[in-house]
Amino acid sequence: MPRITVTVDGIRYEEEVEPRLLLVHLLRDRLGKTGTPVGCDTGNCGACTVMLDGRSAKSCSVLAVQADECDVVTIEGLGRDGELHPMQEAFRTEHALQCGYCTPGMVMAAIDLLRDDPDPSEEAIRQGLEGNLCRCTGYCNIVRAVRRGAQEMSGEEVRTS
Amino acid sequence: MIPAAFDYIRPASLDEACHVLDDAGEEAKVLAGGQSLLPLLRLRLAYPAALVDLGRLPGLRRVEDRGDHVFIGALTTHDEVLRSPVVRGHVPLVALAAATVADPAVRHRGTFGGSLAHADPAGDLPAVALALDCVFVARSAGGEREIPAAEFFVDYLEPALRPGEVLLGVRVPKLGEGWGFHYEKFHRTAQAWAVVGVAAAVRTVGGSIEEARIGLTNMGPTPVRARAVEAALRGVTPARPNGNGAAGGSRDPLRDACGEAAEGTAPPVDLHARPDYRRHLARVLTYRAVRAAGA
Ligand SMILES: Cc1cc2nc3c(=O)[nH]c(=O)nc-3n(C[C@H](O)[C@H](O)[C@H](O)COP(=O)(O)OP(=O)(O)OC[C@H]3O[C@@H](n4cnc5c(N)ncnc54)[C@H](O)[C@@H]3O)c2cc1C
Ligand code: FES
Ligand code: FES
Repeated sequence: MPRITVTVDGIRYEEEVEPRLLLVHLLRDRLGKTGTPVGCDTGNCGACTVMLDGRSAKSCSVLAVQADECDVVTIEGLGRDGELHPMQEAFRTEHALQCGYCTPGMVMAAIDLLRDDPDPSEEAIRQGLEGNLCRCTGYCNIVRAVRRGAQEMSGEEVRTS
Repeated sequence: MIPAAFDYIRPASLDEACHVLDDAGEEAKVLAGGQSLLPLLRLRLAYPAALVDLGRLPGLRRVEDRGDHVFIGALTTHDEVLRSPVVRGHVPLVALAAATVADPAVRHRGTFGGSLAHADPAGDLPAVALALDCVFVARSAGGEREIPAAEFFVDYLEPALRPGEVLLGVRVPKLGEGWGFHYEKFHRTAQAWAVVGVAAAVRTVGGSIEEARIGLTNMGPTPVRARAVEAALRGVTPARPNGNGAAGGSRDPLRDACGEAAEGTAPPVDLHARPDYRRHLARVLTYRAVRAAGA
């Protein structure tokens, strides 16, 4: 079985993995990172979005072996010293979640969006989150949260790891 | 679902990749970004015995300005393609279409070559490759060969690549002065495949169309080069949008010419559209694309 080395939320792991193991299953079932959910079988919903070497990726559409020697940040790796990341805080303040299933992916996609556009317009936010589906909150509060998160983070370097 | 088991091979060089693929024959599949292949494996629609991962091969992930054409390496991601100043400056139609593919996370991993090698007629880049007369460069253990775009898309999900052949990249010709470009994609939601898409390159002189090249997405089992409408567009002087043309009541010759856009196509039926509706879309979207391309 292939042996891989992968850094997840700042900790280095060495794992033996079956080639067919998906990154999301490595995260959830082996490393206990259940903050990253699986929502679909087709790569459409974005619930499983993580940062892979600093850019958003759908962890259900990446093999664990493809992440060998890569740096992965999940929703669980965003907070610092017991404090939520400003984007997580903004989602809470703006009531941008209801069941919360899409939230980890939404937050990761939102942070990725700010790397290119630190002060995104509503239109840019809607475009930037096109790969993430929310089936219950609706998108109004999510867009508002990303605006707020962007303002809170302004001037601050976008932290993805 | 969890994919069926397969072997995983990550060759260190292109030579090694070609040899591994040559030995494995039809049993093995190339893995690039995995954004089409992994969903197929998860749905258990494909059962390759082995995946040969090209993802880390040096040299296939680059964009080069080569004078009369731009070379785009097969492993260049959609995100890299649409940000590349060389692509945007010299072959902007490729960047316009790449920007409509999927969503940012998929574009970070999905590759230019993977989209073309997958030969999905609903993909956005195949129609562009046809419209621009791109040349595909492939390599196998037996050597390198070139395949013109017009011969590359053989059938549904069937490229002209032979078992064991790797797509190295694509030569995209620069069209020179006077050309305008647009990719018009009709889809139901922000992130969705095209119901129909139109890739247009148009050269106008003094308000008249000298030459037009039109590629159609999702209008048949392969992407389509719409020759009939190209012929109909030649020499057409479109009505001015707010002058005495369409908006003014009399006929717009451009709209009449675009009536030929679905000629000779065999569009599919699916949940989203019937063939007659797709033919209608092809005509309307060709008009919009040609207008947006500067006519
Ligand atoms: C949610 C979602 C939405 C999408 N929406 C769109 C869309 O709107 N428009 C669109 O065009 N695409 C869309 N795609 C597909 C996306 O463009 C893929 O990136 C692309 O189709 C495949 O590229 P890849 O690098 O991921 O290839 P892979 O999935 O790795 O491979 C695809 C196929 O090509 C073969 N292959 C790949 N590279 C090579 C090579 N260099 N040589 C030989 N064979 C090769 C593989 O063996 C396989 O058969 C979407 C995908 C997803 C998951
Ligand atoms: S679970 Fe990954 S995109 Fe839906
Ligand atoms: S909060 Fe329930 S799916 Fe988005």
